[in-house]
Amino acid sequence: MSAQPTVLFDAPGPRGRRNILLLNIVGVLLVVGLIVKVLVDLAQKGQLAGHLWINAINGAAWQDYLLPGLQFTLQAAAISVATSLVFGLAFGFLRLAPFAVIRWGASIIVEFLRAVPVLVMMVFLYTALAQVSRTTGAIAAEDSPYYAVIIGLTLYNGSVIAELIRSGVNGLPKGQREAASAIGMTRNQSLLLVEVPQAITAMMPSLLSQIVIIIKDSALGYLIGFYELLQYSRQLGSGQGNMLQALVVAALVFIVLNTVLTLVARWLAGRLSSRTSGATALKPGPAGSSAPHL
Amino acid sequence: MGELLSQYDVLGAFWMNIKLTVLAAVGSFVIGLVLALCRISPIGSLQKFGAAYVNIVRNTPLTIIMVIGVLGVWSQLQVQLSSDFDFNFFLYAVACLSLYHASFVCEAIRSGVNTVPLGQAEAARAIGLPFMDAARLVILPQALRGAVTPLGNTLIALTKNSTVAAAASVAEVSGMMKTMMEFRPDVMVFIFCIVALGFCLIVIPIGICTTWLSDRLAVAR
Repeated sequence: MSAQPTVLFDAPGPRGRRNILLLNIVGVLLVVGLIVKVLVDLAQKGQLAGHLWINAINGAAWQDYLLPGLQFTLQAAAISVATSLVFGLAFGFLRLAPFAVIRWGASIIVEFLRAVPVLVMMVFLYTALAQVSRTTGAIAAEDSPYYAVIIGLTLYNGSVIAELIRSGVNGLPKGQREAASAIGMTRNQSLLLVEVPQAITAMMPSLLSQIVIIIKDSALGYLIGFYELLQYSRQLGSGQGNMLQALVVAALVFIVLNTVLTLVARWLAGRLSSRTSGATALKPGPAGSSAPHL
Repeated sequence: MGELLSQYDVLGAFWMNIKLTVLAAVGSFVIGLVLALCRISPIGSLQKFGAAYVNIVRNTPLTIIMVIGVLGVWSQLQVQLSSDFDFNFFLYAVACLSLYHASFVCEAIRSGVNTVPLGQAEAARAIGLPFMDAARLVILPQALRGAVTPLGNTLIALTKNSTVAAAASVAEVSGMMKTMMEFRPDVMVFIFCIVALGFCLIVIPIGICTTWLSDRLAVAR
């Protein structure tokens, strides 16, 4: 129960506290009632039977399905994080370039890539790569979903990072740039040595929440036949006849992983604020979705 | 290229995405508003419920929510949302999109409320406005203006995420694109460009409107 005043609610007096206590009891009853209702419904359909859940979390499930799936999810996500960073840094610089033509070209590419759904890009890349493997054999046909997921995630998240860097540099106080030019740095030196490093420090927390988005979006690979955690848990579910339970376990793995990353991002936001003149606070926007600042 | 477009109903598929987006936007706004009210209320149990919902749903991939809906709730628990086969999947897609984006709507509204400085509430109380008047005349008008940008961003994300309805086998545009590319690999770049441009045409105007609205409605402080 919060006693400190918020914008809407002043600190409650004795009568207010009594009302809050009453409503709180009603609230607890409502929430508990909802949970009990769901559990009773599940039990009536026989979904709470022990073996269904045990088969979704026992050693064999982890060894044969969940861990291999998690490995591919994390592998694709880790590679995508690295490649998105490179892509994002490159395009972030291009969007700050002194020549208008380069700035505009880079902006159009970045805005285009952010407007197209990741799934649409992945489907296109998958079909294109499968075609390449059929005609030239440069990549194995069964690897095309994997590469499509990585390239798709890189193009989208790289553009988001490019935008983060650009807005990070624009968000720095003007004095930073003025001080750099006052001690005789050129525009490029000032960008490279003073502004972008501070922008990167400032965007570290946003970058970490971008990793959450990458991990979540890697599950889109399921739709183009990439064998990641969701695909494996679906196999587990259809093999053992406990689809719901296997999928819930996979969802829990995603939730735990992403919650830890979110907590680290929040902790970092507090710690890094002294090392940059930019703002490190996480934007309160949709942390788990694409938030283009068009 | 005309025969390609007459053979496949690309516009119809886009129309499906728009229907999904509009219905899920309404659904997620209603659920998100309720969640936001829970989170900003002084009632501890409701606050915790709202926070738990947002943190769980926000960290789950939309694809897995969609698959749990279709393979778990529909196929295994046999919950029918409609007796019509296709319409049932459509409703599942709308429900999953609504439940997922509700968490972002909730955070958007809450961040709008947080843009209002405490002094505004104190000033409203100081001139003797009771709770409802302070909320109606002072706090909420400012809060809604502050929520325009994050709500617009959520709508853009929802528009793009409507393609994930492919996981519920709804006949939307990403699934149609896949079929078209399989049958006409010779023009696959052209097909991709049409679909991508279609999304640009939907998403970029929403972004421009959001920026225009939030600039226009910005509260001068």
